[in-house]
Amino acid sequence: MSSLILPAVLNGLTMGAVYALIALGLTLIYGVLHIINFAHGSLLMLGLYAAYFLFHFWGIDPYLAIVIVVPAFFALGYVLQRGIIAPMSAGSEQNVLLVTLALSLVIDNLALYFWTSNTRTADIAYAYDTVEVLGAYLTLGRVIAFFAALLVAGLMWLFMTRTRTGAAIRAVAIEKRGAEIVGIDVGHTYALCFGIGTACVALAACLLLPTFYVTPQVGYTFVLVAFTTVVMGGMGSLPGALVAGLLLGVIEALGGLFLGESLGQLGIFVAFILTLLFRPAGLLGRRPT
Amino acid sequence: MTHHINRRGLLKASGAMALLSGLASPAILRAQTPAIKVGVLEPLTGNLAYNGNQCAAGARFAAEAINAAGGIKSMGGAPIELVIVDAESRPEVAAAAVDTLAEAGVCAFTGASASALGLASSQAAAKYDLAQVFSVGTAEAIVERGLPNVFRFTPGVTKITAVALENLGLLNEAAGKPVKTAAIVHEDGPFGSQLAGIVETELPKLGIEIVEKIAHPTPHRDFNNIALRVKASKADILIPTNYINEYTLMTRALQQQRVELMAIYSILGGAASNIKFVRENNDIAQYVIDCNHWYDPNKEASKALAASAAGAGIDMTYDVMVAYATIQVIADALERSGSADRKAMIEALAASDYDGSIMPYGPTKFVNGDNVNSRPVNLQVRGDKIEVIFPKEYATIEPVFPRPAQG
Repeated sequence: MSSLILPAVLNGLTMGAVYALIALGLTLIYGVLHIINFAHGSLLMLGLYAAYFLFHFWGIDPYLAIVIVVPAFFALGYVLQRGIIAPMSAGSEQNVLLVTLALSLVIDNLALYFWTSNTRTADIAYAYDTVEVLGAYLTLGRVIAFFAALLVAGLMWLFMTRTRTGAAIRAVAIEKRGAEIVGIDVGHTYALCFGIGTACVALAACLLLPTFYVTPQVGYTFVLVAFTTVVMGGMGSLPGALVAGLLLGVIEALGGLFLGESLGQLGIFVAFILTLLFRPAGLLGRRPT
Repeated sequence: MTHHINRRGLLKASGAMALLSGLASPAILRAQTPAIKVGVLEPLTGNLAYNGNQCAAGARFAAEAINAAGGIKSMGGAPIELVIVDAESRPEVAAAAVDTLAEAGVCAFTGASASALGLASSQAAAKYDLAQVFSVGTAEAIVERGLPNVFRFTPGVTKITAVALENLGLLNEAAGKPVKTAAIVHEDGPFGSQLAGIVETELPKLGIEIVEKIAHPTPHRDFNNIALRVKASKADILIPTNYINEYTLMTRALQQQRVELMAIYSILGGAASNIKFVRENNDIAQYVIDCNHWYDPNKEASKALAASAAGAGIDMTYDVMVAYATIQVIADALERSGSADRKAMIEALAASDYDGSIMPYGPTKFVNGDNVNSRPVNLQVRGDKIEVIFPKEYATIEPVFPRPAQG
């Protein structure tokens, strides 16, 4: 069993990177809009289908598809916030929850209607390729996702802290009315944020496709652990989402190894509860002032 | 020129037209025979939607074939009209959907892809004296409750596992007994756990030691740990029992972790008998063996079904086959009873000796609701096809066991 620990930890890290990638968009949306986006899993599923169909019909590699899918999903997120979520929620945060929940139901059922419940996998030549690290075989697609998660988290952090748009987003997140007074277009900033969050989940979908399957229900496979990642990392914290995602991946892998795969997932929730008990604001979250 | 028709002339002409149309177009008259409603209760949405929709497609193909062949002849060529309802992959919905079927006036119904759904629906149907012919329902509890309206046409988990292990013994024997150890990977629900329990008890009797037994939840995102454990166990073969998505991830992880196995020998494997899995994962699917529900591909009706499915762009999975066969069984019961009365249907099904279905079964014989002449077959992925390797009389190819070393 001891010989399996290192491979399990390394595999857990690569799986955790996927959780982090999915959670980055979710935490950004929460950080600014202060809403939990229930449609996040459905948007992940849509991203997976978009990457799958680009590969299936036009032979576009999922990694190349990033340049098409990510901007398209940014636009989709922007339009969803501006055209549906904002008008229907009428400024109420509770309404936003219901609207995103309704969106997820509509998206899931439309996917089921149009694309059926068929499981699809992209038959990509390098899907089975592995990278040997310290004697452990790691799935190439996951290793790429790992470095992509580090890169994206870093870029998003730079964007939020070093650009005027990032400063505007932070201003809206901290004090909406004040931001409005100094001339920031709050509606546009909200939509921008939702667009960036949706683009992040689309990026995660493109990086996930080479190693995972696509069905209309696939979003549910990840969305619970993504919510856990966001809360554990500190709601709205980008570095927190990255750290929590990687940590949860390792906890899940070791839990599976020592407790069995069925009980192993308990480790995620034990860690989650312990974090809430001892650091209620999350690992890297700020305590409310 | 103008024609004037008086009232008497119009009546004569109408009468003649009516007579002529009746003589010249018997099909029109036949179409007016009231249709017989047959229910299809399947999970069309939810996590079992793939199986449910495949079953619904199979039932539609069967109804079309029966109607095209003249309907139920003992009832004046009455066509079969399917009433398809959604069980939403939830037992409580499956039970409630039975009310919809009863109100629609179905004479019997087929369903429901998973044992948990079928247990709930057949219980609810009992109060209506409504027969359920199970398409798939492997849990033995289905036929152990003594419900008179339950008719499981396809085999249950005990029979499937027994046949699977018997055939594994034959394969191993013929190859000079190279397989000494096995690992079991199963989903942790009632289906996988029950099956794994039987394998754990019975496999040592074949001289094969179980060196690893791993349960996993559904859905499960990462199979690398499991692949590493199987590799560390140095098992000669792997016996998996899980659903299609997990099966796909599992076989990929086995390949990536370079797990050397003499065979992957599935029992009710979710993907090994699915041509879509074979198409999309052709390399890793090669030589995978599965013991599952399957039709006799040599029968004319089977060939016609395969052609219809191909024409409709639907993959030929066992779901399509078993649902087709259960509609055949219901149609035969209608033919013999000559009535769509529910109690008459239960009596006709209970006395069924039908042997014209597409499945490789002997004459139907329900004992306590279980078709004692049903049986599973062994399949092996070869190239881009799924071939039958057991039983011998239906085999389409010789088995390859152990599989060639992976390069």
